[in-house]
Amino acid sequence: MARKPAGTVALVDYGAGNLRSVENALREVGAQVVVTRDPAVVRSADRVVVPGQGSMPECAEAMRRSGVADAFLEAIRKGTPVLGICVGLQILFERGEEAGGARGLGVLAGTVARLPAGAKLPNIGWSPVRLVARDVPLFAPMDGQYVYFAHSYAAPADAPGVALVATHGGDYCAALAKDNLFAVQFHPEKSQKVGLALLQRFVSI
Amino acid sequence: MPAKRIIPCLDVKNGRVVKGIHFQNLRDAGDPVEAAARYDAQGADEVTYLDIAATLENRGTLLDLVTRTAARVFAPLTVGGGVRSEDDFVALLHAGADKVSVNSSAVKDPSLVNRLSRIAGAQALVVAVDVKRRPKGSGPQEWEVFVAGGSRPTGVEGLAWVREVADRGAGEILLTSMDRDGTQAGYDLELLEKVCAAVTVPVIASGGVGTLEHLAEGLRFADAALAASIFHDGKHTVQEAKAYLRAKGIDVRP
Repeated sequence: MARKPAGTVALVDYGAGNLRSVENALREVGAQVVVTRDPAVVRSADRVVVPGQGSMPECAEAMRRSGVADAFLEAIRKGTPVLGICVGLQILFERGEEAGGARGLGVLAGTVARLPAGAKLPNIGWSPVRLVARDVPLFAPMDGQYVYFAHSYAAPADAPGVALVATHGGDYCAALAKDNLFAVQFHPEKSQKVGLALLQRFVSI
Repeated sequence: MPAKRIIPCLDVKNGRVVKGIHFQNLRDAGDPVEAAARYDAQGADEVTYLDIAATLENRGTLLDLVTRTAARVFAPLTVGGGVRSEDDFVALLHAGADKVSVNSSAVKDPSLVNRLSRIAGAQALVVAVDVKRRPKGSGPQEWEVFVAGGSRPTGVEGLAWVREVADRGAGEILLTSMDRDGTQAGYDLELLEKVCAAVTVPVIASGGVGTLEHLAEGLRFADAALAASIFHDGKHTVQEAKAYLRAKGIDVRP
């Protein structure tokens, strides 16, 4: 393993979903994790991780309601390394089609749409990812690797900053990077060594 | 499309593995965490715990087991057995289960499937369906749903039930043929084919695996294969199973 990461990782708890697996995985790679719903803690953290489970509209709403959405947006603006996981990727976009449509946090342009009919949904299991942006050290080592997905909605393959794509009835965004903002549709905390290595790189940025 | 999954299943009771597991160099064959970690290291795509005691007194033990497993195993974990309510479901997710499986309680109250699916999304909810073939000429239904660990007939028709739970929000169907379970005679392929054609959610095949060829047969239809004894007996490792399947042209994760 690489050197022990410095500083704290704020793992944002806005009442939606299972944090435990992400917390366990971050600790496994040596991170000092603070599970928090306190906007002040999110603002001052050295890194921020936003997990998410369930529906994008509910998660976006829960983040706004708890006041943590503004702190999260502020952390992105001031250059804090941020990682969104699964629904934590989806809420970055302007809109989501899920549950009749909803407003995301609007950090990135575009709509999170349902994966194409014809493929089995939810998309559950391990798929290989393809690297489409070679200049992102966080994702560059992952070309061709299998990671674990569990979702029915996804951002498009041509979304802003797409670094990895995967295929399920068509290509979609598996990971994106824009300056200090990183997000993955798959679950690194459940993707065995490949996922832990990604988290290790993130906490060492 | 994701790769076909291989899912070792551990039957647990009071926090311990019920059936013997014969790994080499395993310190404690009865500790599910050790077994799950070993399967994780072998490249299992997922691990499933089935709590066969599933009593209320047992809940704390199960939650503790899930917590300890999630701290060591960084692969998806599905937990089932005795889940009756939203509280049971949420407690398991919070302990570190990625997916929770329900069976008898869904038959008793089908609206539970809708409610659980809304809590964390369909991808966190597995509906386990245990079916038995009806004798020819005994009625219109070919397969009947059984509950309470396969001990109680329900009169519910199998194919209609899998369609209904998929419509209500099940993210996956864990399909067990009671006729084949424990026989090591292979999956009920006719059943698998019909269920896979009936729903658009992933189907996990269970019941009857005795050889690697059985896994290959099942995965021609199903999205995932759940197996217990062929791995527990030390007959095969997950790597051997995957190498065999890959040679047969089945898409599995390396």
